[in-house]
Amino acid sequence: MRDVAIVAAGQRQQAAFTDETEVQILLPIFEQVRNDTGLEQSDIGFTCSGSSDFLAGSAFSFVGTLEGVGAYPPICESHVEMDGAWALYEAWVKLQIGEIDTALVYSYGKSSPGSLRDVLSTQLDPYYLAPLWPDAFALGALQARMMLEQDIVSRDRLTEIAVRSRDHASSSPHAVRKGDATTDFVEASPVIADPLRADDCAAGADGGCVIILAAGDIAKNVCDRPAWIRGIEHRTDAHSLAGRDLLSAQSAALAANAAGVGDDKIDIAELHGPFTHQEHLLETALGITDETIVNPSGGALAGHTMMAAGLMRIAEAATRVSAGAGDRAVAHATSGPWLQQNLVCVMEGD
Amino acid sequence: MSEPSQVEIELPAEIRDVEPVQSIRTPIRMTYDYIPSSSAIASLNAYAEKRILGGVSPIDGAVFVPPRGVDPRHGVATTETVDLPDTGHIGSFCVTRLPIPGREDLEIPYVSAWIFLDGADVGFLGLVSGVDTSEVHIGMRVKALWKPDDELGRTAENIVSWIPSGEPSLPFEEAGVRGYRKRSGAKGSDPLA
Repeated sequence: MRDVAIVAAGQRQQAAFTDETEVQILLPIFEQVRNDTGLEQSDIGFTCSGSSDFLAGSAFSFVGTLEGVGAYPPICESHVEMDGAWALYEAWVKLQIGEIDTALVYSYGKSSPGSLRDVLSTQLDPYYLAPLWPDAFALGALQARMMLEQDIVSRDRLTEIAVRSRDHASSSPHAVRKGDATTDFVEASPVIADPLRADDCAAGADGGCVIILAAGDIAKNVCDRPAWIRGIEHRTDAHSLAGRDLLSAQSAALAANAAGVGDDKIDIAELHGPFTHQEHLLETALGITDETIVNPSGGALAGHTMMAAGLMRIAEAATRVSAGAGDRAVAHATSGPWLQQNLVCVMEGD
Repeated sequence: MSEPSQVEIELPAEIRDVEPVQSIRTPIRMTYDYIPSSSAIASLNAYAEKRILGGVSPIDGAVFVPPRGVDPRHGVATTETVDLPDTGHIGSFCVTRLPIPGREDLEIPYVSAWIFLDGADVGFLGLVSGVDTSEVHIGMRVKALWKPDDELGRTAENIVSWIPSGEPSLPFEEAGVRGYRKRSGAKGSDPLA
């Protein structure tokens, strides 16, 4: 495997960016990662992004954000209608092939203009499920109810995860839900979709995330401590919800195994769990133990920028590895209802 | 190519006499609260006063219309805006001879054109009227036909169409993006040149 590392990562996230277009959300982050590495767009071999125009209801916003990259003279680029973590995977494959030595990966989401829980219904199968408009919180609640009734998780454990998120998020500049990290506070939060309370559901946010990947010596030249990608895999469960096991995250476990998560001690795990009960499933699927700090950023629960929350997990983990807060970290990204698609990325510092 | 094989399907008795589903309609409607960005709001407000704003590049002063808060060539924010005249020329155009669903108000054939305002470095789409389609040409000088003052809103639709101004045409080599390349010395191949 060719040595490829994350050499710069930046993000912006807040409850809503009402005054800024998607391009304007991203512009300062592009500037930051360029300043961090000294790399200009002309030094970048491949640019790849992830987003969905359904969020803001704005057609071709995914083309529009290329205006923030500086795509002139013409550049080599691609886009996935997926969380940016999958855009990173596409770029990583190109780096492995040896076609390029550097890549710029970004993703963003501005879901505040619409009702995200309803917009997400449009990703369901269009014949049997989407016409019924089961919203994202309702689907999450079905799974949580089944897990509670079959003792896969307890109400206390869900509360514990929500409190942990608020606690860790207190020191995160990008978190939109932080502080008040007490059991009483969480248990007083209103029920959104029984049995899920507001604190069991990820806090909605707008934002963007940008990462620069580089191979070999270039990575060492532009970054003091690159976060080397030692394993990255993604797997998927069935699209049909009727064919799914709600009590485990099977494709997440497969991806984690293939990426070599269990091969050595994990210092930091950044898990993309849109709900507390899904964060619990992910810890189980990845085999996380007490020696790992889970979601030091507060995780996706503390701020969930749709289409970027997964890439943000990679950014959070990589940033901590580069800063020396840990030697080996795992980041996870998910997409689709009930943790349908899962990507796992293992990073190490030198 | 062989014919698809006909498979006999035995339906359960309880649905045997039910009319088979040939197709379903599942209409989808989603509501968004769109808030234009700061740059778009300034531009839309200006339209209400029959003014057209452009965004100025901090790199080389190139003018983009409408202003979207960014110089897309360099990926840098633009904050300065400039008032542009409502006169310009046709950079390229298309004559359409088929009706568009929902735009029955458009008389066929109609001309849509890439309008380059005087002082702007990029064009934007507009309708051309007041001239026979056979006379429309690249470099043709045009001016805005505004709606009556009492019908103006905060919208680019205030400009009904672009009509010939009667001034001498620009040479082909200086019209549209060719003009930008000539002025700026920009490299790269122009498939239209």
